[in-house]
Formats: sequence, C-alpha cells, structure tokens
Amino acid sequence: MKQTPLNARHRALGARMVEFGGWDMPVQYAGIIAEHKATREGAGLFDISHMARFWVTGPDSERFIQLIDTFDISKTAIGQSDYGIMCYEDGGIVDDIFTYHLGPDEWMVVANAGNAEKDWAWLNQHTAGYDVVLTDRSQELAMIALQGPKAESLLAGLTDADVVNLAFHGITKATVDGATGYISRTGYTGEDGFELFLPASEIERIWDRLLEAGATPIGLGARDSLRFEPGLALYGHEIDRDINPYEAKLGWVVKLDKGPFIGSEALQDIKAHGAARTLIGLEMTGRGIARQGYPVVALDGSELGVVTTGMPSPSLGKNLAYALVKAGSVKVGAEVDVLIRDKPVRASVVKMPFYKARYKK
Amino acid sequence: MSNVPSDLLYTKEHEWVRIDGNTATVGISHFAQSQLGDVVFVELPDVGKTFETGESFGTVESVKAVSEIYAPLSGSVVEINNEVIDAPELVNEDPYGDGWLAKFEFSSEPSGLLSAADYEQFIKEEADK
Repeated sequence: MKQTPLNARHRALGARMVEFGGWDMPVQYAGIIAEHKATREGAGLFDISHMARFWVTGPDSERFIQLIDTFDISKTAIGQSDYGIMCYEDGGIVDDIFTYHLGPDEWMVVANAGNAEKDWAWLNQHTAGYDVVLTDRSQELAMIALQGPKAESLLAGLTDADVVNLAFHGITKATVDGATGYISRTGYTGEDGFELFLPASEIERIWDRLLEAGATPIGLGARDSLRFEPGLALYGHEIDRDINPYEAKLGWVVKLDKGPFIGSEALQDIKAHGAARTLIGLEMTGRGIARQGYPVVALDGSELGVVTTGMPSPSLGKNLAYALVKAGSVKVGAEVDVLIRDKPVRASVVKMPFYKARYKK
Repeated sequence: MSNVPSDLLYTKEHEWVRIDGNTATVGISHFAQSQLGDVVFVELPDVGKTFETGESFGTVESVKAVSEIYAPLSGSVVEINNEVIDAPELVNEDPYGDGWLAKFEFSSEPSGLLSAADYEQFIKEEADK
C-alpha cells in the first residue's frame, strides 16, 4: 500500500488506518462526528497527499486543458482555479478535477487518488498535436487542507501570504513556516478554507505547527460526511464512468459553447434530449440509514433508482441520502421507499444540497 | 487497549455472551465498538423471533459503516434493549453493560464460543493484520 509523507504522524496520533484507493489512510482519529463538528466550528486539518497533482506546462497548455475539461478555463486568470470534469467521448466521467492557473502556460490539475493512474494515462493519450509537457509532482509536493471558520486566522499566523485577501478559488505562491509552495482557497467541506501544496520533505513540520496552532486532524470518514452535506460529488458515488454530468446535476460545469472538447458531441446530445436519470436528495422518515447501492422504489414497489451516498448527517441530525433515479419520476415532497436489506423504509424527496456552503467570496 | 472481561464468552464476529441459566445476553465487544466508531443506529429483531447460530439478527451502524450482528447460539429472542435503539451511543459508552443488545433463550447448550483469553489472542492477531 502507498503511504503519504504523513503516514507516521497519523499512526502517532492513534488514527484508525484503512486502505483507500491503494493508499494507507486515516479514516478517523477522535471519531467522525467529533471531527466533522470540529471542521464546521473550528479548523480541520486533512492529509490529502494521496490526491494527484499534475503539472501542465508549455505554449498549448490552455488549449490542452480545454480539450480534456468540460469547463471553460479560458477565463480562469492566473492565480485562480476552477472545478472541472474530464469526460469520455460518450459523456461518462473519467474524473472530476480542479485546474489551477499558476502562471503563463503553467497549470496544476488536481485529481482523485483512486483515479490517478487512469487520469495520468488519459492525459498522456491526448497530447498529440499539443505542445505541452505533463509532469506528475504528486510525490515531491504534499497536499494538506485546512478547512473551517477558523482556518483563515490560524493559517495567517504561519505564512507570509495574504490569505485574508486571497479570493475564493484563488491560488498564490506562499512560504509556510519556511517551506515554499502554494496556498489556494479551495476545499471539499462546504466551509471556507485552504489547500496547501508544500514540499513532502517539510510537511511533517508544517502539520505539527498547524496542530499546535489549534487545528484538529480529520480523517477520511469526516471528509466524506463534510462533502456529503453540501452536495459535493464523489467519484464512484454521484459521478462515475456510467454517469454523465447532467445526471449528476453538474450541467453547470459543462460549457458546450466553448468549442469542441472530449465528450462534447455526446453531451450536446444528452442535453438536447434530456438526461435519463437525475440526482435527488432523500430524507429518511422511517427508521433506517440509506447506503450506497440500496434500491429506491415508488410506493407501489416499482423501481426508481439507487442510492449513491447515504449516512446520518452530523450537522443536521437526520438520515440523508443522494440517489440517482429515473428523470422526472419524483418531485421534492414525494414519498419513496428505500429497500434496506429488502425491507422498504420510507423516505421523502427533499431539496439538495442539505447544507448551505459557507464560502468566503 | 481493548477491554475483555474474563467472565464473558465471545465470538470471532466480536459478539460477547453472558450466560445465565438458559438465557444468554448478547452485545458487541469493546474492540468491535472501537473499530466501528460512533454508533448511530441499532436495528434489533422482534421478541419471539428465532435464530440459528451464525445467523444475522440485526445491525449496528456507524456514520460510515453497517456491521451485522450474528446470533452466537441458536434460540429465540426473549428481550431486546430498547434503550440502545433510542441511544445507540450506549454501545460505545458501555458495550458490556447498558449497551447490551438482546437476550436469547437457548434450548441446547451453546458451543464453539471463545474464552476471554482466546478472544484476546484473536483480536491481537486481527489488529496485527
């Protein structure tokens, strides 16, 4: 199993370790609910070095990203970043990504750990005719996230960068406690917060400093519950090889008017005819927790779809879920059943997201 | 480290069993609750239902995971812990006491259960995996 440069730190903190996407990662330290709340109320510190960091440089870097990304990054200024999606020709999703515009002809693409090898191959397959250089810097640069309402003040004391005035989705070169890299105002929790890209060789020291300054270490368990409540998609759940962006309610990330890109023809067609399925929010009104893969049925027992993620929401105190169902089959307020170990348990279709993100914009 | 009371019997599925006459009180071990994390939901069978050894009789769920609980012996459910349904955190706070799950009445003597020493050895091996 692969280890991040912070593996020994997680073990020393008594984390429970699990395999995730080929990596030995902390799933929890003090407990998922406590960690979840610490991030919503204070500052949570996450080791996300398992994610991939690919550099795209060269005169055609922008044109190349426009080819592989559904989003239109032509308006992404240097020092800014955007959420994007890489699609297959048929509109299915390769991965969701963040593209950071670092400098003239210099971009960083951050991708999911579990998709890293596939994404790297995918990017390299499409460079023909583009004057670009792809570099995998995932090993040399560690990546940690500091998220929550206290993240800004905590980080401000440890860096020369003006994090207070760093824009939403902005990225800047920064020195953090003597280590040089980047800080961005991005994250995956629905809170204000930052992601730090710093040399792997120095990350243990920075991690310790941030904990000393009052951050709480957060495992992958709470990372999932934190992204779940504000409705941030997770590959393998709301998005996947067989799910297109329109079905996942990510049509806003698909910019068909920017010109052709991989998947644009299929996506144009899907948009014109309407997606076959749609993502909905569910609140369990019966006793039970919906989990990924559980069938969702109408009250007459007819099949509607399947749960993509479900759990008890630590912030809202309800058992909530997202499900991918036949488009147009249910509306907000409708009642459905979730089959939990073959037993129908009642749920209401509710508005999503469940939690309003509190970004500093 | 895990707490394994010596007066109880255990299963490799991490249930504990307290035998009193021909009833057996069942719960999940301290090790099991610590592996699971915050317990947020418990589902237990109706009183009167019968189970064979090794059959799933309910679930204990954390934020992230669903864990089945298995009957450590064959018998019928004579009582369930309704308190733990309303306050699932009892499974974490007091797994061998207020966090008990169900009481079974058994017809034939249970067999194949682990002693505390054997269970302790078993979880040590599990933890080292």
